[in-house]
Amino acid sequence: MTLPLFEAGGDPGPNFAALLRSTGLAPPDPDVPAADLAITHATTVVAIRCQQGVVMAGDRRATAGHLISHRTIEKVFPADRHSGVAIAGAAGPAMEMVRLFQLQLEHYEKVEGKGLSLDGKANQLGMMVRNNLPAAMQGFAVVPLFAGYDTTREVGRLFQYDVTGGRYEEREYAVGGSGSLHAGTVIKLGYRPGAEADEMIDLAVSALFRTAEEDSATGGPDLVRGIYPVVAVIGADGFERVADADVEARFRDLLASLESQGGDSE
Amino acid sequence: MTMPFYVAPEQLMKDRADFARKGIARGRALTALSISNGILICAENRSNTLRKVSEIYDRIAFAGVGRYNEFDQLRIAGVRHADLKGYTYSRDDVDARSLANQYAQVLGQTFTHEMKPMEVEILVAEVASDPGGDQMFHVLYDGTVNDESGYTVLGGEADSIAEQLGQTYDGEWEVGDAVKASSAALSGQERTLEADDLEVALLVRETGRRAFQRIEGDELAELLS
Repeated sequence: MTLPLFEAGGDPGPNFAALLRSTGLAPPDPDVPAADLAITHATTVVAIRCQQGVVMAGDRRATAGHLISHRTIEKVFPADRHSGVAIAGAAGPAMEMVRLFQLQLEHYEKVEGKGLSLDGKANQLGMMVRNNLPAAMQGFAVVPLFAGYDTTREVGRLFQYDVTGGRYEEREYAVGGSGSLHAGTVIKLGYRPGAEADEMIDLAVSALFRTAEEDSATGGPDLVRGIYPVVAVIGADGFERVADADVEARFRDLLASLESQGGDSE
Repeated sequence: MTMPFYVAPEQLMKDRADFARKGIARGRALTALSISNGILICAENRSNTLRKVSEIYDRIAFAGVGRYNEFDQLRIAGVRHADLKGYTYSRDDVDARSLANQYAQVLGQTFTHEMKPMEVEILVAEVASDPGGDQMFHVLYDGTVNDESGYTVLGGEADSIAEQLGQTYDGEWEVGDAVKASSAALSGQERTLEADDLEVALLVRETGRRAFQRIEGDELAELLS
């Protein structure tokens, strides 16, 4: 691998995607529909604003058609120190998009000596989703959620996308993936503006639990294997993943309270 | 048709080397030391925005002296090289040695083939989990690579600064000791350097993924006092 040096006119600047294209490493767009391929899909993710910033959570199931292809996939990732990205859609392209997005933010920061603003990061991700549109038309759609702590305004902010790269900032919560309808309803009923992160983590956990009951592509807590949703809080201190033991305790509390009510999920 | 005058290759190389050395000597020097907490790089630099020391990758830093535009171009190429390599293979496969060799190639090529050699000296440093594994590659304007251990000095008056630093240098130093010693060595006898005159960065040995940290402002002033 040689040192990438460019003439002044052809320099890709701090843009990693442009650098990949100029070095011929960017993947080609698929030109055949994915209808016959059983591609892996990642499903329900949620992001909720709270007093400290934003809570993000995602279940752990990936499906291929009617089959469960992975029980332990992760869908919530740190994008950089103060932001996170959660993905729903075709798992392969989605993972690749997250990897590129993380790299892009770091690359920009290193080349320019200064990180992107939160709006800049959100736009950047929107552009990546839009560039994926040809692939989305062939069945490889990727729809992320982006959330972060805006260090200049000192608030948590969250963004939702559609397959065309449309970027929509949400004030309260955002949901994505196959179980978004159910998860959204649970969160809508439990959401309180300015609530503590702790309360909103419980709400996210409860939303994923309820969604798993209604949506076959969303995985619930797996008490036997010890697999629990990935939950993270993004605040002034940065992206922090909630420990599995903590998430487990919250699920056990939730189950205990449902049991004491005589089980209301039938 | 006019015939170019014959110039002996020895003379040509010597002229170029003199030219590059003069350019480098005009700039301020920088020091890099392997100490207990990591690798400390300390540069005399009055600008807060035009950096001499920067991050290349998780555990790799870059430092340059001489012409800013030339070493900054090399820095960006290094960031690109490292990010592309980490993307293509894995983050673990990015190392200082191969990057230093790439720099040596470019500098050597420019030195012999271009109109003007680059008036820069650069350092590629990689911190390891134990001090014995630290790597510091000092690449000269003509592509010569030196593998340094312990400490190294780049730029004008490097020899006298290195001599002074060498009298006290100890690999067990903490950050404060190393900053004070570097500042004293860079300033020489006649003057003292303040926090505003220095650009200091540390590749932290015990850390998460990204080891590069700048030490600036009040934190630096405190270490110097």
